[in-house]
Amino acid sequence: MDTSTTPTTEVLDEPRLPTKTPSARRITWLRRRRALAGYWRAYKRNKQGMIGLVLLLIIIALALLAPFLFDKAQIGVSTSTGERLAAPSSSNWLGTDKFGRDIVAMLAYGARISLLVGLAATIGTMAIGAVVGITAGYAGGKTDTFLNFLTNCFLVIPWIPLAIVLVALMGRGVWNIILVIAITSWAGTARLVRAQALTVKERTYVERARALGAGDWHLVSRHVLPNVFPVLFSNMVLAVSLAILSETTLALLGLGDPNTVSWGTMIGDSFEAGAIVAGYWWWIIPPGLCLIAVTLSFTMCGYALDEILNPKLRQR
Amino acid sequence: MGTLGYIARKVGAALLTLVFVMALNFFLFRIAGDPISQLTRSARLTPADQEALREDLGICQPPPGEARCSVIGHAATFPAYLRETLTGNFGVSVQSGDKVTTLIAERFWRTLLLLGLGTVFAIVIGILIGIRGAWKRGSFFDKSTLYGSMTLYSMPEGWLGMLLILLFGSLLAIFPSSGFQSPGNLSGFDQVADIANHLFLPVLVLTLGYIGEYAIVMRASLLEMMGEDFVQTARAKGVPDRLVRRNHAVPNAILPTFTLVFLSFGFVVGGAIIVESVFSYPGLGQLTYQAINTQDYPVLQAVFLISSAAVILFNLLADILYGHLDPRIRSA
Repeated sequence: MDTSTTPTTEVLDEPRLPTKTPSARRITWLRRRRALAGYWRAYKRNKQGMIGLVLLLIIIALALLAPFLFDKAQIGVSTSTGERLAAPSSSNWLGTDKFGRDIVAMLAYGARISLLVGLAATIGTMAIGAVVGITAGYAGGKTDTFLNFLTNCFLVIPWIPLAIVLVALMGRGVWNIILVIAITSWAGTARLVRAQALTVKERTYVERARALGAGDWHLVSRHVLPNVFPVLFSNMVLAVSLAILSETTLALLGLGDPNTVSWGTMIGDSFEAGAIVAGYWWWIIPPGLCLIAVTLSFTMCGYALDEILNPKLRQR
Repeated sequence: MGTLGYIARKVGAALLTLVFVMALNFFLFRIAGDPISQLTRSARLTPADQEALREDLGICQPPPGEARCSVIGHAATFPAYLRETLTGNFGVSVQSGDKVTTLIAERFWRTLLLLGLGTVFAIVIGILIGIRGAWKRGSFFDKSTLYGSMTLYSMPEGWLGMLLILLFGSLLAIFPSSGFQSPGNLSGFDQVADIANHLFLPVLVLTLGYIGEYAIVMRASLLEMMGEDFVQTARAKGVPDRLVRRNHAVPNAILPTFTLVFLSFGFVVGGAIIVESVFSYPGLGQLTYQAINTQDYPVLQAVFLISSAAVILFNLLADILYGHLDPRIRSA
């Protein structure tokens, strides 16, 4: 956590002896490794966090192994060989959808798209939030006033109507959906980061670095960013759940990518095909349970990380 | 003085936000989303109708020989757009040909009813669960409601709605799974009972969807309060447990929960759109759902503006109320 001392000065102060003095870079890495090991020890003690992590690893394994376990042709609209809308049986464990696609295979491949949407949208959200938040907090003045106003606007605008409008105008490709989720959800992160950047900026070691001649870029990348990161990181894990749920919401409204299979589009397709009235429970229930599993696992990991990375909470 | 200044500042900020939303709306629909091609897409509008509509809404007229307006040409129509929007003229639905304002007016109160009931139930039940959980921390009740809350929070609302229809509507056939009331002329008590019967499942989904969040925050907030000096003092001087909770801890712990309730209102509005779509509940959400699938841009634009304005207004009320409840934040 503590990166206040600039590693280069540390080494320069020492007498230059021909002995094996570890390089500045190595010292930094050692310190980081020690810190990480400490976090991991604290994380292991958190039961909730470990349950979430194991669940998450299972889902990731499913997503990675999908091509080895299932034939990709079985999830294609025109290439699947199964009977249409078949109830669960020994050949299709969870039945098939209206195109005769095997539900189990769709769940496995769908995990990839759902995770992709969750992770990519979160990275986008965090990137926009961090840039806006740090710029506002660090620059201050008129820049801060403007960016803060923009953040507050995006906090207030209800996300679903805005997302509907954006997807309807931009098109329903999976990357468009990712972009839209990022655009509609960065504001909370920006506010959090700005608050953190404001407090870091006032600390004495930042003042000291500035007195030593550090430029803006150095101050932001070496002092502000590392201190903002823990807040950003635990926020990030929670944001993945929200992004995955957002994709589902859009898919249900008929704004999912029609060319990919995700857990969200499975639910959206089943709704559109009238699966509720017809009672095709095997098409509706499994993707929802998978979604609960993945969002719950990210939420549990997020809460655990929050407790470890935000010392204020830990003391409670 | 302080209070008036505070309110004036908040009203000013809300108005600025509203202007921003209108500018964004203008940019998205009038510049990025080429309104002329939207109008020509509709089979129901004859070229003469389209011309009349363009005139009526003050949409930019492309210069002779060109298919569409330049950005500057569009931007010049912003005052006309502001005038029409502020007077409630959103044009006509591309799908049905009805005035958008009429479509919204006849559905608005149904959404309000659904949203109101869902939010009130979620708040009351969520807060009660949170209070009990925090007060009996670590008990079976606390643990089960905490995990229950987290699961509900992780559940896509639309899917929960589909599940409930499957269970109560199709399988058990206890509640009607769609619509607002049964066809035919009912009146008086029968009509109210019929509507309540139709409302039950959608309200249940909205309530369940937001209970978890409120319970978790109320619990965390009360746990924090219980460590405070004034709660310890109350206990030390012998105030009964029940009264410490009712008079000392809970009133202070409720504030952060209220903030969350107001902040999450935008999400609840979104939730209502999903729930209405799933239950074919004839409100603004279902209108939105239909507009998405028929690419009815005039309706989409109006729904976006109105829901944003509603959330902005709600946040403003919250800020004013909050400043009244907690005088400390007025100076912040």
